[in-house]
Amino acid sequence: MSNGVVDVAVRPVVSKPAFGSLRWWLDHPNAVRTLSVAVFLALWEYFGLKVDPLFLAAPSKIVEAAIEVTRSGELLHAFLATFYPFAIGMAITIVGGILVGVAMAQWPLLEYILDPFINALYAIPRIALVPLIMLWAGLAVGGKVVILVSIAIFPVIINTFSGIRDVRGSMLEVGHAYGATKAQIFFKIVLPAAIPFVMTGIRLAVGMGIIGIIVGEFFTAQTGLGGMIVTYANVFATAKLFVPIIVIGVMGVVLTELVQSVERRLSRWRELERDRG
Amino acid sequence: MTAVATEGVPVRAAARRQSILEIDRVTKFYTSRDAGSAEPKRITALSSITASVGRGEFIALLGPSGCGKTTLLRIAAGLTGWDEGSIAIAGARVNGPRKDACMVFQHFGLLPWRTVLSNVVFPLELDGVPAQSRREQAMDLLKLVGLEKYTEHFPHELSGGMQQRVGIARALMRKPLLLFMDEPFGALDAQTRERLQEDFLKIWSTIGTTVLFVTHSIDEALVMSDRIFVFTPSPGRIKAIVESPLAGERIGGDPRAHPAYGPSRHELRGMLSGSEP
Ligand SMILES: Nc1ncnc2c1ncn2[C@@H]1O[C@H](COP(=O)(O)OP(=O)(O)O)[C@@H](O)[C@H]1O
Ligand SMILES: [Mg+2]
Repeated sequence: MSNGVVDVAVRPVVSKPAFGSLRWWLDHPNAVRTLSVAVFLALWEYFGLKVDPLFLAAPSKIVEAAIEVTRSGELLHAFLATFYPFAIGMAITIVGGILVGVAMAQWPLLEYILDPFINALYAIPRIALVPLIMLWAGLAVGGKVVILVSIAIFPVIINTFSGIRDVRGSMLEVGHAYGATKAQIFFKIVLPAAIPFVMTGIRLAVGMGIIGIIVGEFFTAQTGLGGMIVTYANVFATAKLFVPIIVIGVMGVVLTELVQSVERRLSRWRELERDRG
Repeated sequence: MTAVATEGVPVRAAARRQSILEIDRVTKFYTSRDAGSAEPKRITALSSITASVGRGEFIALLGPSGCGKTTLLRIAAGLTGWDEGSIAIAGARVNGPRKDACMVFQHFGLLPWRTVLSNVVFPLELDGVPAQSRREQAMDLLKLVGLEKYTEHFPHELSGGMQQRVGIARALMRKPLLLFMDEPFGALDAQTRERLQEDFLKIWSTIGTTVLFVTHSIDEALVMSDRIFVFTPSPGRIKAIVESPLAGERIGGDPRAHPAYGPSRHELRGMLSGSEP
């Protein structure tokens, strides 16, 4: 068995499309994206300076406001007040969600005990529970964490559970045939097979977690980025109002990208599998 | 055919004296519940199978699908139980998977999240062999199957034939006494299949492991094995045990050019078709 044969993909040679042609734009998606954002900002600036500043602030005004709240330390303070409970909440969500999902997949009895509650909680818009949670967990860090976890943990539990349940019987048979112990089958077959699902659950949880923490701040004490939004909305300081919104947006994009890049690395084999059918 | 066999392969017959696998009147039932009927139906998958396999022999289990070949292999591999009779490997009653009896799967059974090298290393990883040592052994086997350049590829980056080479390398990692192969080349196209038959025979001739090889191809059974267990369905039983007259030609030679090839095929085809109602 000396010379294994591989299929080599042949890349067709195509002439370069002319600059500005539809084909050229399709080949340069980042140029299109940049231009799209630039045009949007220009229009925003143009119309933003024309309308009543109570309703809309032009980008230049927002930049000024951002510098002001950064200098005063207000922004950093608010950011930390949001990020600290966010980090704690996400840690609980990820660890707790995986543990509950694994336990439910391993012990059917636990699944039957828990799934009515999980289904019910998943069906209720969790935001409806926020006032109740505030009542129980208070207005400070604890309340924010509980609200975040109650909103974000479900995709982690559900994806971990179904990822483990979906592990193909043929994969388990390999473990059995090679005499793997129960623990080895779990750690070397079941868990790695489920990781892409778990990572997808975590990515969804990050998005929900950000919603959770901001909603929590809207309802609770006037702290954090959510609190800043409420405060400036109440006094019609529209330019300042946009600053925390943008920070939240950037935080969402950065964290999602981060998780997605880990997800892509750990799930490469699934993509390959899908491509080959 | 028996006449040719006795002239052709006296050496093999001698090798059979020391028995490694003893199957004595093994019977296996499955109960299946059809969606339509209320009472469960009992299927006799194997009916009083008796056979003995000698150390170093290459045995083909030949028969149409549904006649219990996989069932017999899984029983011998300790993956499923049986209802009557007894089965022993090297004098010890089969009682779960053994580390010295390894399996090659029809659909390769590679773990898609592991690279080629990491897949091959798997059995010794379960055994707790130090990383350096198991890696070296895996590299030797990957060289033997011609995949030393593909150690870091994922299974789905390889062709089916290459994936099965990985499957074979993995099965050889524990230097098994017995190799179970369930239609190992059944998922491959005709050309790749012949290449792998040839290459596997070369490997087998150097290591001399006992092989139980399931196939429903008359040609494959004749070309590869010392003896052929011819199965008939419903209930699955061994109709005849036939010595392949080509055994002396299979390594390095051209077994299909042997004068006994045509008549033997004809004879086996007669046995298989005679079994159909
Ligand atoms: N897990 C099972 N449950 C019920 N019936 C089964 C099961 N596995 C196999 N059978 C039945 O047993 C018979 C033999 O199957 P199998 O050993 O897979 O045959 P082969 O490998 O020769 O195609 C078939 O009739 C099949 O439908
Ligand atoms: Mg089968």
